[in-house]
Amino acid sequence: MSKMKKIDYHGYFFIIPFFLIFITFTIYPILLTFYYSFTSYTGMGDPEFIGLANYARLVTDPYFFSAFYNTMYIWGINFGFQLGIALLLTVLFSDIRLKMKGLGFFRAAFYLPNLITIASVALLFGILLGWHHGTINHLLLDLGIISQPINWLNDPTTARWSVGLIGAWMWFGHTFIILMAGVSGISKDYFEAALIDGASRWQILSNVTLPLLKPIMLYVLITSLIGGLQIFDLPMLITDGMGAPEGSLNTMVLYLYNQAFKFNNYGYAAAVAYGLFLITVLFSLIMFKSMYRKNVKEG
Amino acid sequence: MKKDKVVKGIFYTLLILLVIISFIPFYMMIVNATRSNGDILQNGFTLLPGGALMENYDILIQYMNLWRGFANSLVIAVAVTLLSSYFSALTAFGFAVYNFKGRNALFILMLILMMVPGQLGLIGFYDLIQTMGFLDTYVPLIIPPIASPFIVFFLRQYLATTMHPSLLEAARIDGAKELTLFHKIGLPILMPAVATMAIFTFIGSWNNYILPLVVLFSPEKYTLPVMLGALRGSQVAQNLGAMYLGIAISVVPIMIAFLFLSKYIITSISAGAVKE
Repeated sequence: MSKMKKIDYHGYFFIIPFFLIFITFTIYPILLTFYYSFTSYTGMGDPEFIGLANYARLVTDPYFFSAFYNTMYIWGINFGFQLGIALLLTVLFSDIRLKMKGLGFFRAAFYLPNLITIASVALLFGILLGWHHGTINHLLLDLGIISQPINWLNDPTTARWSVGLIGAWMWFGHTFIILMAGVSGISKDYFEAALIDGASRWQILSNVTLPLLKPIMLYVLITSLIGGLQIFDLPMLITDGMGAPEGSLNTMVLYLYNQAFKFNNYGYAAAVAYGLFLITVLFSLIMFKSMYRKNVKEG
Repeated sequence: MKKDKVVKGIFYTLLILLVIISFIPFYMMIVNATRSNGDILQNGFTLLPGGALMENYDILIQYMNLWRGFANSLVIAVAVTLLSSYFSALTAFGFAVYNFKGRNALFILMLILMMVPGQLGLIGFYDLIQTMGFLDTYVPLIIPPIASPFIVFFLRQYLATTMHPSLLEAARIDGAKELTLFHKIGLPILMPAVATMAIFTFIGSWNNYILPLVVLFSPEKYTLPVMLGALRGSQVAQNLGAMYLGIAISVVPIMIAFLFLSKYIITSISAGAVKE
């Protein structure tokens, strides 16, 4: 834009519908939730103002802390496996000596689980992982890997691992596509130059591929974490909807949902929502800051 | 060279294994959907389908008409996709073409609020919908997506690189109205970007669970995911064959659609990622 555009108020007519809807259905509910977080609102009658009582309860609520712990636990397993597998695949397919074929097919095949409605996935694994009649136990028994059926979704550790691994299974293909897009953004010249210089596979990987993929991996990390903090459908539908077994699948949004819509504690649920929001902001800030510091070092 | 071939063989084997891991849960779902409850309980694991498909279907359909949920989800997803595509393009055009007071401030406000997680306003949203009398209707599912900040952002960036102001000037001299400019010039230019976003909007609406769960009460109005959730707590859950079939009905059409759209979807994801 070289010359200044002259002021033209037609623009308002184009953006008015957006902002009317945005203010009504996004901004106003956020503010209203904030207000309710200072009340003992139960969904009926007038909300009674109780100051910071909900927040005082929040910072001492063991269920909220365990919900935070569960959420991070599940996300950690999910993200570790998701990124690990995607990274291995990316390294494999970007190796210019191996020249692996079939990228299009494999990408599509690995992506498929991501497209399926999470509700369907949760229900499906809910019965595949069943105790006496689950297909996974049947298979493991037939293969002689286990001698007794394992009650996967009834033990806190195996339940969390199950949900985390199902998440990884759903997302590794997506992450692989994004990392591959990042690699194809890297000029082939880099790889060829490294090859001519006699660099080994490992040297190319650690000195060329990984450093150049760093920004896109950070993007994956941030979007995955923000999404992971909000995990709801899978833990809600794979067991009883209350976070069983022993509250191990009680995630933060599941807690929020149950507080509001099962127990009618709208006021407290609103405080939970803002607690979750604060945690999200905090994590995002930490990650942006560490990214910024690295940039300064490199620059 | 020979060593490389062996290494490649191992890698392809591992890749095929990973493909199997991606598919086997769906395959088991289809196999078990054709087996009777007794068959599954007594005979355990098999890779071969049974003959109880219709029997399972009859049991399932007595309790819940999943096709109804399918139709409901489809109606909502199509409406959401059309509305959010049109209004996002309209808004992006306004931001990209006109210079008005507060333009940048409004755009930045939108970007900041784009980062806010959707669950933050859930309680207030529910309360608002209740006050408006729109509980148990599709209004809270269809209307709010008209304001989709991310799509506006994406489309505005696209317009900024693809549309030349001279194009609009020429049409203005011919006496075209501003809204006509949008329909005749802006929208056609935006079409490829709108199509990319439309796919994700559709998938997002189709898969949405928490919002319809919160605002819908009548079973005949349930979307597919909410209906599935209700299925889990119903008597059908006692019959594994019927349960598998219910899940399969929700999954198989998506798989078929993906067969035709996979290339397009994957290109869109790649494009979106590199833009960031």
